[in-house]
Amino acid sequence: MARIYAYIEHRGGVVDDSAAELAAAAKKIDVTSVPTAILTGSGANLDTACDSLRSSYGEIWKVANEALAYPNAELVRQALVSVLPANSILLVPHDHFGIDLSPGLSIKLNSAYVPDVLAIEGVEGDWLKLVRQEFGGQVSTHVRCDISCGAVINIRPGAFKAEPSASASGAVIDKSPAVGALVARRRYLETIVAEAGDVDITKHNVLVSVGRGIQEKENLGLAEELAEGLGAAVSCSRPVVDAKWMEKSRQVGSSGKTVKPKVYLACGISGAFQHLAGIKGSPFIIAINKNPKAPIFQVADIGIVDDVLEFLPELTNKAREMRGAAAK
Amino acid sequence: MEILVCARRVPDTSENEIALNAAGNDIERDELVYSVNEADNYAVEEALQIRDRVGGNVTVVTVGVDEDEEILRRELAMGANQAALISDDAFSGSDGKGVATILKAFVQKGHYDLILTGVQGDDGAAQVGGMLAAMLDYPFASLVNSIAAEDGKLKVGREIEGGNREINEIELPCVLSIQTGINEPRYVGMRGIRQVASVPIPTLGASELSVDTSAVGEAAAKVQRIDYFVPELSKGAEMLHGSREENAVRVLELVAAKGGLK
Repeated sequence: MARIYAYIEHRGGVVDDSAAELAAAAKKIDVTSVPTAILTGSGANLDTACDSLRSSYGEIWKVANEALAYPNAELVRQALVSVLPANSILLVPHDHFGIDLSPGLSIKLNSAYVPDVLAIEGVEGDWLKLVRQEFGGQVSTHVRCDISCGAVINIRPGAFKAEPSASASGAVIDKSPAVGALVARRRYLETIVAEAGDVDITKHNVLVSVGRGIQEKENLGLAEELAEGLGAAVSCSRPVVDAKWMEKSRQVGSSGKTVKPKVYLACGISGAFQHLAGIKGSPFIIAINKNPKAPIFQVADIGIVDDVLEFLPELTNKAREMRGAAAK
Repeated sequence: MEILVCARRVPDTSENEIALNAAGNDIERDELVYSVNEADNYAVEEALQIRDRVGGNVTVVTVGVDEDEEILRRELAMGANQAALISDDAFSGSDGKGVATILKAFVQKGHYDLILTGVQGDDGAAQVGGMLAAMLDYPFASLVNSIAAEDGKLKVGREIEGGNREINEIELPCVLSIQTGINEPRYVGMRGIRQVASVPIPTLGASELSVDTSAVGEAAAKVQRIDYFVPELSKGAEMLHGSREENAVRVLELVAAKGGLK
């Protein structure tokens, strides 16, 4: 069985939540494995991040290099090609960094690549059996991956539950000397922080969140009227921002805002995992979608199969009636 | 600038309920509405806008089957200068690496400064662009949501967490995977598509592209789909089956109970 490695993201000396999830995923490939963590970066923050993993990983490989101070995937890729032994299995979070890094890395390592893995079912001979999703999460699929020449496996954030680490007492091993000069034809310049926007959707107890099912910009009024009746704010999923119907500051998801409302009304939202990643704090989720197979119904508490363009006005009317009755 | 866009024809998930076929080895495809993959359409629009600013040509290519010519014609109607269909029985069953291998052969038959793909297709894999770049030894950036051409280089914005953006300088030639929302793709009507009905779209196979068929197709795939399935849910939503009015009342009761209504 090939040795299993995990690429650990970290910032400011703190490792990402995915560090523990990748350790859990490694156990699903080989229950006896004590995976090795690999961290790239520079300075004291890198050391702090490495030390924090001693209890959860068998070994921690530190790759310190000034060029890696910011995780430019092109440079990280070169560093990993230098330090990884042949035929390794490398686990990477399937996020904006892992999507940047892993496809090209698998080519340079001449190994297989499986993106966005939700579950791992085990190994038979040279084949690792995994679960993915297709068609926006509407169906799942078993895939098998030939790991005889190693593999890069991107793990969906949140798909594997971190387990309390057993007895690992990992040593930090400095692999920096194995990495030569790092040069890329892509250079990181700066990070532009998201604008605040007119409404702070992270501060509301109730969100009326609209997705592709709202169909036209003109229909947003249906959600705004309901939100007004409920004392809620209107948020949205990615397609609504892509279509320029709402500001980016209203978007819930991994590339938008992380919200923690008490109640989340998902109106015409299919429920892509990137969207669900932005909903924290276990709110009560009410989903309205005309597609009974929409993945949102897998995570919602209450589901209604209906057209939001018809259902939202009804909901607004009823909310007004209730308010009117309460006022009397 | 010579720009190549790699596009795919996929079932439109916003228009379809995806169901499994009886055998469980594929989805039920008979009634599906197909269209150009959403992110790929943004990539084509971005290519057209760059060409219109700095000059050059836009070529759109797809690896697929005869029916996929439909989306190439659509992209020609949008304004692409030329299109090519890459199709060969030997290519069927290719994994991501196989598709990237085929596209690499196509790229090497021409001269492209910039190669764009959509960030991901219907399989959510987001892999071919990064693989193609690594095979060509071109620099790569994913999740691109802005492109500005400057002094023979590009300044590209990448979408990262929390709505933040990461700005990179990248040298040409390069490969970029385009995120949805980067622009507003122009509308294409039936009239526009009719106007390009007679534009020839060449079909290229393994021999035209000098692709080693042992490196592509199902036999070479290190990653293979075994089946499709609908997962057994431990806990799904409690579905409301009342009338619209009843459902609305129930929702409001629940919102109030959960601490919502003021």
